[in-house]
Amino acid sequence: MRYSGFQVLKQGLFGNKGWRPAWREPEPKAEYDTIIIGGGGHGLATAYYLAEKHGIRDVAVLEKGYLGGGNVGRNTTIVRANYFLPGNSEFYSHSLKLWERMERDLNYNVMHSQRGHIILFHSDGQRDAAVRRGNAIVNRGDDAEILSRDQLKRMLPYLDYEQTRFPIYGGLIQRRAGTARHDAVAWGYARAADQRGVDLVQNCEVTGIDIVNGRVTGVQTTRGPIRAKRVGIVVAGRSSQVAAMAGLRLPIESHVLQAFVTEGLKPVIDHVVSFGMGHFYISQSDKGGLVFGGDLDFYASYAARGNLPMLEHVMEAGMTLMPMIGKAKILRGWGGIMDMTPDGSPIIDKTPVEGLYLDGGWCYGGFKATPASGDCMAHLMATGEPHPVARRFRLDRFREGQLMDEEGTGSQHNLH
Amino acid sequence: MRIPCPHCGPRDRREFTYYGSDDYLRRPAPDAPFAEWDDHLHLRDNPAGPTRDLWYHELGCGAWVEVHRNTATHEILGARAVADRKADGEGARA
Amino acid sequence: MRLTGKGIIDRARPVGFRFDGRDYTGFQGDTLASALLASGVRLFGRSFKYHRPRGVMTAGSEEPSALVTVGQGASQVPNVRATVQEIHAGLDARSQNRWPSLSFDVMEVNDFFAPFLGAGFYYKTFMWPRSFWEGLYEPAIRRAAGLGALSGKSNEDSYEKAWAFCDLLVIGAGPAGLMAALTAGRAGARVILADEDSLPGGRLNAEAEEVGGQSGAAWAAEAVAELQSLPNVRLMTRMTVTGAYDGGTFGALERVGLHRAAPSAHLPRECFWRIVAGRAILASGAQERPIAFPMNDRPGVMMAGAVRAYLNRWGVAAGQKVALFAANDEAYRTARDLAAAGVTVAAVIDPRPAEEITAPKGDWTLYAGAQVTGTRGRLALSEITVRTAIGADERIAVDCLAMSGGWNPTLHLACHINGRPTWRDDIAAFVPRPGMVPGMEVAGAANGAFSTASALSEGAAAAGRALQAMGRPVPVIDLPPADGGATRQSAFWQVTPVGGGAKDRAWLDFANDVTAKDVRQATQEGYRSVEHMKRYTTQGMAPDQGKNSNVVALAALADATARTIAETGITTFRPPYTPISIAALGAGGQGKGFAPERFIPSHDAATERGAPMIEAGLWYRPSYFPRPGEATWRQSCDREVKAVRNRVGVCDVTTLGKIDIKGPDAGRLLDLLYTNKFSSLAPGRVRYGLMLREDGLVMDDGTTACIAPDHYLMTTTTAAAGQVMRHLDFVQQAFASDWKVRAVSVTEQWAQFAIAGPLARELLNTLLDEPVTDAAFPFLSCGPVSVGGVPARLFRISFSGELGYEIAVPSRYGAALYRDLVARAESLGGSAYGLEALNVLRVEKGFITHAEIHGRTTAFDIGMQGMVSPSKDCIGKAASQRPGLTGPEREQLVGLKPLAPERAIGAGAHLFGPGAEPVSANDQGYVTSVCWSPTLSTWIGLAFLQNGRARHGQTVRLVDHMRGTDILCEVTHPVFFDPEGGRARA
Repeated sequence: MRYSGFQVLKQGLFGNKGWRPAWREPEPKAEYDTIIIGGGGHGLATAYYLAEKHGIRDVAVLEKGYLGGGNVGRNTTIVRANYFLPGNSEFYSHSLKLWERMERDLNYNVMHSQRGHIILFHSDGQRDAAVRRGNAIVNRGDDAEILSRDQLKRMLPYLDYEQTRFPIYGGLIQRRAGTARHDAVAWGYARAADQRGVDLVQNCEVTGIDIVNGRVTGVQTTRGPIRAKRVGIVVAGRSSQVAAMAGLRLPIESHVLQAFVTEGLKPVIDHVVSFGMGHFYISQSDKGGLVFGGDLDFYASYAARGNLPMLEHVMEAGMTLMPMIGKAKILRGWGGIMDMTPDGSPIIDKTPVEGLYLDGGWCYGGFKATPASGDCMAHLMATGEPHPVARRFRLDRFREGQLMDEEGTGSQHNLH
Repeated sequence: MRIPCPHCGPRDRREFTYYGSDDYLRRPAPDAPFAEWDDHLHLRDNPAGPTRDLWYHELGCGAWVEVHRNTATHEILGARAVADRKADGEGARA
Repeated sequence: MRLTGKGIIDRARPVGFRFDGRDYTGFQGDTLASALLASGVRLFGRSFKYHRPRGVMTAGSEEPSALVTVGQGASQVPNVRATVQEIHAGLDARSQNRWPSLSFDVMEVNDFFAPFLGAGFYYKTFMWPRSFWEGLYEPAIRRAAGLGALSGKSNEDSYEKAWAFCDLLVIGAGPAGLMAALTAGRAGARVILADEDSLPGGRLNAEAEEVGGQSGAAWAAEAVAELQSLPNVRLMTRMTVTGAYDGGTFGALERVGLHRAAPSAHLPRECFWRIVAGRAILASGAQERPIAFPMNDRPGVMMAGAVRAYLNRWGVAAGQKVALFAANDEAYRTARDLAAAGVTVAAVIDPRPAEEITAPKGDWTLYAGAQVTGTRGRLALSEITVRTAIGADERIAVDCLAMSGGWNPTLHLACHINGRPTWRDDIAAFVPRPGMVPGMEVAGAANGAFSTASALSEGAAAAGRALQAMGRPVPVIDLPPADGGATRQSAFWQVTPVGGGAKDRAWLDFANDVTAKDVRQATQEGYRSVEHMKRYTTQGMAPDQGKNSNVVALAALADATARTIAETGITTFRPPYTPISIAALGAGGQGKGFAPERFIPSHDAATERGAPMIEAGLWYRPSYFPRPGEATWRQSCDREVKAVRNRVGVCDVTTLGKIDIKGPDAGRLLDLLYTNKFSSLAPGRVRYGLMLREDGLVMDDGTTACIAPDHYLMTTTTAAAGQVMRHLDFVQQAFASDWKVRAVSVTEQWAQFAIAGPLARELLNTLLDEPVTDAAFPFLSCGPVSVGGVPARLFRISFSGELGYEIAVPSRYGAALYRDLVARAESLGGSAYGLEALNVLRVEKGFITHAEIHGRTTAFDIGMQGMVSPSKDCIGKAASQRPGLTGPEREQLVGLKPLAPERAIGAGAHLFGPGAEPVSANDQGYVTSVCWSPTLSTWIGLAFLQNGRARHGQTVRLVDHMRGTDILCEVTHPVFFDPEGGRARA
């Protein structure tokens, strides 16, 4: 069933009784060509690109809970391509281009909104760093501009330009950056993958990875064993646990990252604004809630929930930067489990086990990476070769010293 | 969340700075193969359950504390000062 | 309508207030909802999506519909629950999410298009043409969505945060909570009893039941009086415990000033509390759930328990002709209380067959085996349609319908740290499981024990267990006699759908306009898991967070997917229990409060001289010192640089981190921390050191002085002072705990000033009690000196490349010494100098800062690989030898000079081959620091360039898209000035 305004009208006139399921609920088969472990955004996107670009349709996505139940459903929905180090730069640039055609590719409105993303800077040194970043973005072929303090005052009149603790010197804007409706991305990829023949198997937890003579042969699941020639681990947040089933120890530590949303409000914040001094970023959803993120709680955790210190810190940052949000009320906070790597950049690579592939380590860049991650993982699994924009995302780069440390904070996992 | 500092008693989490797993305490020999350094610096068991990790009582007594803790529930199972490890018979070399 | 003789409001104290521009009067003790209902107002707001007229549904903070905006200007607060806001003189409330008026809202047109606006419609359309999304569709959606509006003005009100500690936190002051607090309070435990309401008592204030032979409200007042007499008990009203966190920590919001006509200056509007409790008892009661029947959202359709609350607590009849729709005997109290108060009860509609109904009959028509299948009334309820047991439709004129689908335990806090509740069939509700929050007991209705008697006994028992856990004796408590009530509760979720039309919509989530039809459609489209249903329909995501709708929506989902509710499961409860204003959570952060401000000893002296103070981490440092006639910062900076190069300058460098290291193994520890050797440093000598992180990249640099064989003073950069102290403590405690060495930060204890320039020694010798000579105090010396009798430390080091000293005195002498130094410098033709000049001086010398050692550079990159001693281990040495961290492809530190000296260059520009296009594939490096060098009369810069050390003398293309620069530069050695270093040794 193709979605369109016409279809909405037609179904509405007939009591909305004609809508078809967005995806099937198939029983898992005994064998597939390819298994993707993880029905989150990246896993679903991987399955979609395997089927769409490489014609590999004998694919199962195994999801222990419900589709899109991981970090794709609990993030701050920001889409941007403003990384500056080689490796990240070309990858996120590629991802942004895929975002720009996602609705057409998937026939699903993911509400990708290119409303502009602004990083504020608060010193001459931070301006220089923003300039370096902006130049790298433009060198890559994407857009970036430095905004003066006066330009910012016109664009973001609600910031505190007078009393705030770290004065606002200016900002770096990427106009093509913005937000998207997070759940819709998972559902859109799920529906499109299903339409191309992929089996999406929910409530199917992988409990073991079968390896014979160094080669993967299938997986054990709560719904029985399933054979496969190729298996992709795409379970960011739980990568270490699943990889351990194959005897692998990963350069990943899991951390909780909180995000928060306010009650619905009439439009007041039109961009994505990121506070360079306070680990605070904010946008307003189409439903009217102000959506915030902060920094990690900083301790290793799988609890998918955080504690008060970071919540309070984020709100204090909000109050010093834009004290007009004081009367908005925090409705809900949630926590996602982040695969934190020792350089803050992800991994898309083969593993030492033949036929077993890993896509993980997304730190907190995962949502914006969803399409390119799926594209690159599918490319790797289909061809055996890394996609040109993901060739630096190697598993052994820490041992080799080939780092992509955007924050410059070094090998401590939680500092990225 | 409250961290039991061996010197100061249970204190709010915000007095502490987190480092990472106790792998950081097992420093390889200077000439060890780099795989050992990779284990020390990067690779982690990263368990969803009990673990031992390192916290610095930065806004307190300045002690580094090895906390025995459950990452799935945030339950605190115990703690001791990193500096007491040698007294506990665990070697730490420099 | 206000009834005489009912309620516990203070009729002697009338209170005037405004709603939508009209003046009303209520009484002290009224909420906005009770006062408006008493005045006959029934229309309070508009719904989120369809903009349907909405009234009051509940009498508590869970209210989904009666949300209003309170206050004007910067004090405007959107989405205030009319059911919680107490009236006070000057209260100015307005309806929201409507235009132009509440009774005529043009967006109500959405309701006519409802068939096309069902669950998830927006995922299926608005995709063409693509450019219309940001330009047309999305702005329209954004304007229609949202509820109230922020003023857009900066907060001007006061908010606070606070800490509290107790042995036992009791959450909720209803019968269970009061009994628990009495039990623990009498036993001497430190108790905090927190209640969301202004009046403690919970349902005791809302019901007609008796406790201990008196009215429930009177018993509650007695209990409160006793608790207030106990010094170990703290009763906090208007205090909502909002979240349970780890380690017995709770968040709570106290509404301190929101009910006051004239808040006193010293009181905040709200205070956010962090409560650390040894044990906790959750006695948060229960919330009534609606029934999904067609058009159940009109103003006048209310919860049955809320109708009783308005009657018994506030003396307000929610209607003049009321019907009751319920499937439990307990709800008949609404009809009984109304009838007793003289309000007409037009009908009681009960879907159960007559033989199952045991509630006493009353002065009303009972429709057993019947259901409400429709309602009428455009802006308020005027009529209901009842399908009787024999299938006939009967219309009954009513202005209020009280409904009850049973009660849900208010178990949110028990579920905040990942616990999942369990389903109990006998009461058709989720209840908490024991131990979901360590140290927390759940008592009373929150635990599924709905009767007053069981609430009292569970409260006392829970407190007894808590006391036992604390090791305190448990007092014997006599429980007052109270209503035993029903122990079972049967479920009635939804009226069997009649048709699929707009008139058959049965609301589940009133706040987000989600109907039973939306849930059915979601399951039809495959969104069958509870999380998918929630996210696809948005059920439970509105301001009430599903407090009203969650369980009935689950029932609808279970029904649509042929599962039980227990199988369907429930979504996660997350804090906060009720929304918390950002101003309260972020109290203290506004303005300068976000981070500490650190002031240098010369702060006042610098500001008196007109120096702009700029942020350097948490510190403020002077940027430059303007003199008359200088129009730009560059003029001042150039003059200050020349003063240092030609005469003498003075700069406050107190911000550098200082770590005092003592013990026989101090040198050994420094050898481990630094790449180069310090154990060989003689007393009285200073050495520059480079420090790596364990991953082999540069952490910091600085000088360390040997004061005595077992005493060193390390300096760090301003930025890395905290990180280095943390690192040092780690290395010492983890790897050297048996070495005889200890370290402590003394940054705050010493004020330190640089005196730099050819006349530095001359200046110094006018000051010191004993003069110094070059021979006795050569470059890189240190030692004790005396300034006017004050013991000081002198270091002969230089960050400018000139003859330089740094003198340190105990902090209390810093301000005076600085003024003295500057006066002496000026008398010698010198000057104070600020950060700008300091930066120029160091760039001319090729000295690095964190602009260069930014966390991605190695000793190799900055040309200091020779400083990594081959004869010893150090932190980071092994990892620095990884293959990727050395080699010609690495970007190495170089100097840059534009071929045209006057052409400005900027940091952050990228470098390319002379003829190469400025694209990523050709990128060879970037500029880290630049300045105009008044010494060399050219722009200069430091940069990282691939294989840069081999490229001195070559030309590179510098492109800065951000600043519009594209020029050619010569690659040079990074030391531009005095490469031999003779000036510092002069």
